[in-house]
Amino acid sequence: MDWKQALFDFSPFWKQSGTVAAAFWATIRLSAMTGVLSLIVGTLLVAMRVSPTPVLRAAGTLYVNTLRNTPLTLVLLFCSLGLSDTLQFRLSQTSTVNYYWLAVFGFSAYTAAFVCEALRSGINTVPFGQAEAARAIGLTFTQSLRLVVLPQAFRAVIAPLGSVMIAMIKNSTVVLVASYIEASAQMKQMFEEFGATLPIFLGFAVGFMLLTLPTGFLFGWAAKRWAVLR
Amino acid sequence: MTDSGILAEPAHIGTGSGGPLVVLENVNKWFGSLHVLKDINLTVHRGEVVVVIGPSGGGKSTLCRTINRLEPIDGGTITLDGKHLPEEGKELARLRADVGMVFQSFNLFAHKSVLENVTLGPTKVRKVGSADAEKEAMALLDRVGIGDQARKYPAQLSGGQQQRAAIARALAMRPKVMLFDEPTSALDPEMISEVLDVMTQLAREGMTMIVVTHEMGFARGAANRVVFMADGQIAEENTPQEFFTNARTDRAKDFLSKILTH
Repeated sequence: MDWKQALFDFSPFWKQSGTVAAAFWATIRLSAMTGVLSLIVGTLLVAMRVSPTPVLRAAGTLYVNTLRNTPLTLVLLFCSLGLSDTLQFRLSQTSTVNYYWLAVFGFSAYTAAFVCEALRSGINTVPFGQAEAARAIGLTFTQSLRLVVLPQAFRAVIAPLGSVMIAMIKNSTVVLVASYIEASAQMKQMFEEFGATLPIFLGFAVGFMLLTLPTGFLFGWAAKRWAVLR
Repeated sequence: MTDSGILAEPAHIGTGSGGPLVVLENVNKWFGSLHVLKDINLTVHRGEVVVVIGPSGGGKSTLCRTINRLEPIDGGTITLDGKHLPEEGKELARLRADVGMVFQSFNLFAHKSVLENVTLGPTKVRKVGSADAEKEAMALLDRVGIGDQARKYPAQLSGGQQQRAAIARALAMRPKVMLFDEPTSALDPEMISEVLDVMTQLAREGMTMIVVTHEMGFARGAANRVVFMADGQIAEENTPQEFFTNARTDRAKDFLSKILTH
């Protein structure tokens, strides 16, 4: 391979534009579903972690500390090799659909731990008097969490949640170990075919930035838009 | 009751119009090793306005907060309208809905408009329809004089307006009794009277009120009874007239001499 090809030749992208687009679409599908699920699971986890019931608190703490301190690769391998291949736990007869959902679940389970911790720091920004006033008008614990404390906690941590989401999108490249083909798997494929050239690196880096930069802007805008005045 | 001790309650104290509504018997509370409430006995009758005064750290706020169990107690009993305070859960939430509370720091829900602050309890606790709840909330906001601020957020209001909104929020639950925990202590001086006016009006309308305050003018003008608390005990209780002109205990005389001379 001559140096001009290694540094300036973007033609592999034109040759494989269809598969590259499909690979990024796979990344988007994976990240979007994981984003939604991790926000839901993370919210449930934080509700457990601040609940007055010791068993729920302990379970929430155990979950977060386990998932947050386990490498994502291990979580995903557990889902694909452990659950699917060894234990024959299949979510679909179609292999690609099965691996998609296994990847989503493993990835969401992992990301939810970080969402939970971001939200928990948000809860700490809500003055104690807010919860007292909620209880004083007769709201139950769940109601005051759902109607008063969590909405304010969410708004306080929109920007940090954006960072969690950006990290999540980039972490999606790890999902290639779980037999799910997304952008980074496609990149490896092209390296084998065309050599690991600078244009291919750049192309995929830019592709990811096209996903992560708007995510950051969106969360930054939302953080300002929904900031709670005190 | 014999006239032997300073805690003896003189027979002529005004007791409102009805029977006992809030009854505290031998209530004790500790914060760690600090004994903040010592054998408190207090009965508040329906329609009565009781003002609790006394030096800081004397247990006034704690007493107020035990009545809707924002502070749990370590001994004794509290009954509201004949029912014992439930320990926790839905029962306790139901009881709290009947007890209005106004805080020193307002504690309006910061992410909700003033109107939403007032309708939240009725819609979520009393299951009132939102149209009815809004209508009633607007009437209450008009009554406390901030109807035109209904769509604003708490942070956009002055302290006095926020506290009046907080009073409207508590009233929207149609409480049996209202607790005021130093409602004017966090206000700029020029805003104190607008809040006290609302409270005085409420007292005239026959609301049962327990008010912890440093506003002696309010105590004189609106209270049926003044309770003087110091060192975790009720040191003295009397009609405002008697208490301010003729305090019986040295502790109360000392307190009054310090606040009434400046």
